[in-house]
Amino acid sequence: MKKLITTLAVGAIFLGGVLVAKEVTVKGSDTLLNLVQRLAEAFSVANPDATVSVTGGGSGVGINAIINDEVDIGDASRSITSSELSTARANGVNVVGYVIAIDGVCIIVNASNPVKQLTISQLGSIYQGKTKNWSEVGGPNKKISLYGRQPSSGTFVYVRDEAVKGEYSPAMRQMNGNSQIVEGVKADEGAIGYVGVGYAREEGIKVLSLSRDGKEYSSPLEQAAVDAGRYPLARPLFQYTNGKVKGDARRLIEFELGPDGQKIVGDEGFYPVTEGYQEKNRGNL
Amino acid sequence: MLNLRRGADRGARVVFLLSSLLSAAVLLGILAFLLFYGVRTFREASPLGFLFGTQWNPDAYGEPEFGLVPLLLGSFLTTLLALLIAIPFGIASAVFVSERLKGWVRVTVKTLVELFAGFPSVVLGFFGLVVLAPFIGHLFHVAFGLNLLNAGLLLGFMALPTIISVSEDALRVVPHSYREAACALGATPWITATRIVLPAARSGILAAVMLGFGRAVGETMVVLMVAGNAPIIPHSPFDPVRTITSTIAIELGESSFNTTHFYSLFALGFVLFLIALGTNFLAESLIKREKRSFTL
Amino acid sequence: MSGNRAGLTAVPARGLFLKRSRFAGNRGFLVLALPLALFLVFIGYMFVYLFHNGLGVVSWRFLTQPPVNGMTQGGIWPCIVGTVLVAFVSLVFSVPVGILSAIYLSEYAANNFVTRGIRSSVRSLAGIPSIVYGLFGVALFVNAFHLGLSILASGLTLGLMNLPWIIATSEEGINAIPGSFREGALALGATKWEAIRHNVLPYAFPGMLTGALLAVARTLGETAPILFTGVTYYTRNLPHSFMQKFMALPYHLFALATQHDQIMKVRPLAFGTAIVLLVFVLALDALAFVIRMRVATANRWQV
Repeated sequence: MKKLITTLAVGAIFLGGVLVAKEVTVKGSDTLLNLVQRLAEAFSVANPDATVSVTGGGSGVGINAIINDEVDIGDASRSITSSELSTARANGVNVVGYVIAIDGVCIIVNASNPVKQLTISQLGSIYQGKTKNWSEVGGPNKKISLYGRQPSSGTFVYVRDEAVKGEYSPAMRQMNGNSQIVEGVKADEGAIGYVGVGYAREEGIKVLSLSRDGKEYSSPLEQAAVDAGRYPLARPLFQYTNGKVKGDARRLIEFELGPDGQKIVGDEGFYPVTEGYQEKNRGNL
Repeated sequence: MLNLRRGADRGARVVFLLSSLLSAAVLLGILAFLLFYGVRTFREASPLGFLFGTQWNPDAYGEPEFGLVPLLLGSFLTTLLALLIAIPFGIASAVFVSERLKGWVRVTVKTLVELFAGFPSVVLGFFGLVVLAPFIGHLFHVAFGLNLLNAGLLLGFMALPTIISVSEDALRVVPHSYREAACALGATPWITATRIVLPAARSGILAAVMLGFGRAVGETMVVLMVAGNAPIIPHSPFDPVRTITSTIAIELGESSFNTTHFYSLFALGFVLFLIALGTNFLAESLIKREKRSFTL
Repeated sequence: MSGNRAGLTAVPARGLFLKRSRFAGNRGFLVLALPLALFLVFIGYMFVYLFHNGLGVVSWRFLTQPPVNGMTQGGIWPCIVGTVLVAFVSLVFSVPVGILSAIYLSEYAANNFVTRGIRSSVRSLAGIPSIVYGLFGVALFVNAFHLGLSILASGLTLGLMNLPWIIATSEEGINAIPGSFREGALALGATKWEAIRHNVLPYAFPGMLTGALLAVARTLGETAPILFTGVTYYTRNLPHSFMQKFMALPYHLFALATQHDQIMKVRPLAFGTAIVLLVFVLALDALAFVIRMRVATANRWQV
């Protein structure tokens, strides 16, 4: 009997916390996941009264969560589409976006692969499954094995829309996250994969330079090329909210855009927000 | 005072009835949700395309396709591979445990097998990722160890305890008079076990296989971590595959609530539900049949 | 009396058993033992491998600290808390409903169509794949009941998974009580409910407890049902309400193994998480086993 009462009391206290509970929920992109987790960790240390929870799942998951007004912040490594915006509006959600970092999607191959660069159309043909052997693009006689993400991933959609411009080959292995792609490419000599720049500085893999026209090649490892947009797969990393962000979520975003946050962005291997995007951010805060 | 007690008695009876109706209602609830949401898929997608389409591509660059075939094939092939291991291992072990082991050895072995039945699948998947994948890579000289073979092996180990337990039950139900008669006629324990007892229990053993099948087909985390997750029709055991379960797990979070994609996952869930229910039902009737055959 | 006596080496009569197989003696059983031995060896190897790699990581700090430094260091305390909370919610739901259903099925129900239907439904529930429970949990608890992503939604989903097991083991426990217990009470003038409450339930209680422990042991390791109903990759503080998201051991293992950005660096932590999870499951199983043993010796009327 006594046990029953104590259990009920504990339960009531817990439920009572419902009224007090105010956690900032962040969900979405796996590319952003570890960056945002570190940002949230640093933010929580500086602001112990705030609670932040971070989950991955992919940019699709994040944007979907914002459309359904389930979370405070949706992380996305791609921009929201117009159809998603209209679905959101139909749900009464006014989507506002903040750019918290700049990424250059890296095309990685095994370190033993002599190929150093590709054009966007070559890349597209590879990922469509039309180019099947490395010898067709100046490499050794080896079958190309494709590594990619799952459809919920913003990187998946971004690379498809910007480079593949068609359907991915169904033989592409859909890994659960950026790290798995890196590990896969390290082990497979014929592999090619795409990851965010924060994941690409590793032993055992090589980052290719890309070109739009076959004449000028640029590497995502150079910040200047990415910032200036010369690198074809340079992209901003977004956090979307329902309306202008308020409360603890606003403090989190302000932290992320401030000097401490941007330093963490750099430490994680991504590039800080350029001035143009910072201005847009300020307009939205 | 008596009326109060009688009232409490009647009240209790009502509470109990309601609880069990609630439990039964859960199954109906799951069926209802899966059916109602699943059917909404066909507002936009075609039912024939769903059942026979060979492409599963809901986020396509072009037209989304909701073809079940590669996923169904992925599920069935991994399960088939699993059963190829689990059936001989399982039946052999069950015969050994039931006909040869006695006393504390038998209890220990049975406990170990049951313990493994409750093994968290995510840990098994982790083991497959960290140990089995590189092992397969080295053994067969393939670069990518996350494939049909890996998933099939691990699913085999997951289904094995189920097959062993249920087969062992089926063997135990065979009346001792069968064994005694064989002994009286001069048969060795081996002949008794393999030619008399095992065939007598065949319905129950078939039930065990069905339940093992159900277990393997419904497994999610192991396949998610080691099967490679490409929604293709595999041509070799070293190809990556996608099953119905891992597809739902991968795509549920990213589909918005009222979209065809969201509903299509429920349609997949319904297919899975039917398979699970079907195999369970078959298994139960097989067990009943075995028990009945001994009461003539 | 079984025919499996080791001394039985009679020659098979040719008339009935024509093939004089090499395995006619008891050597045949060695062949059968091989797969079993292989299986046990595999389990053993897996345990040894996991513990060998994980034991060095587990320490009091590991168990009681949250993950820090991008989750590459620190511990898994929030995961343990989250797992325990979700298991607690699942039990709060499934134990009362389960026991009450079991009482109905074993004590009150007539053997008619409705009863058989209920029993059949409950048994079928046990065979439903965990991801289907996840789908149902999202549709019902997260969306329809508007619980959102929370400990409550996940706990209820896991509770549904527990239900058939609790009902089955509770029924077993109740059916093991001899009828004379109930008849004695009824003969003294008790109502049916009183007879059950005083003469059956207290003795069936250990069986029910075992069932609950085993059910929790199974759901502790389930990742699929919590994946979309409330688990989260990282949250710094412990949840202080059932409506919040939570970290959990099985998902943490999955995340460290596949989604972290330095999966090789956190690999040791993943091993640590794996063995903590295993120890929890094994401990619950062991507890259930011990209770079952004590009950079997204490209650001599259970033949």
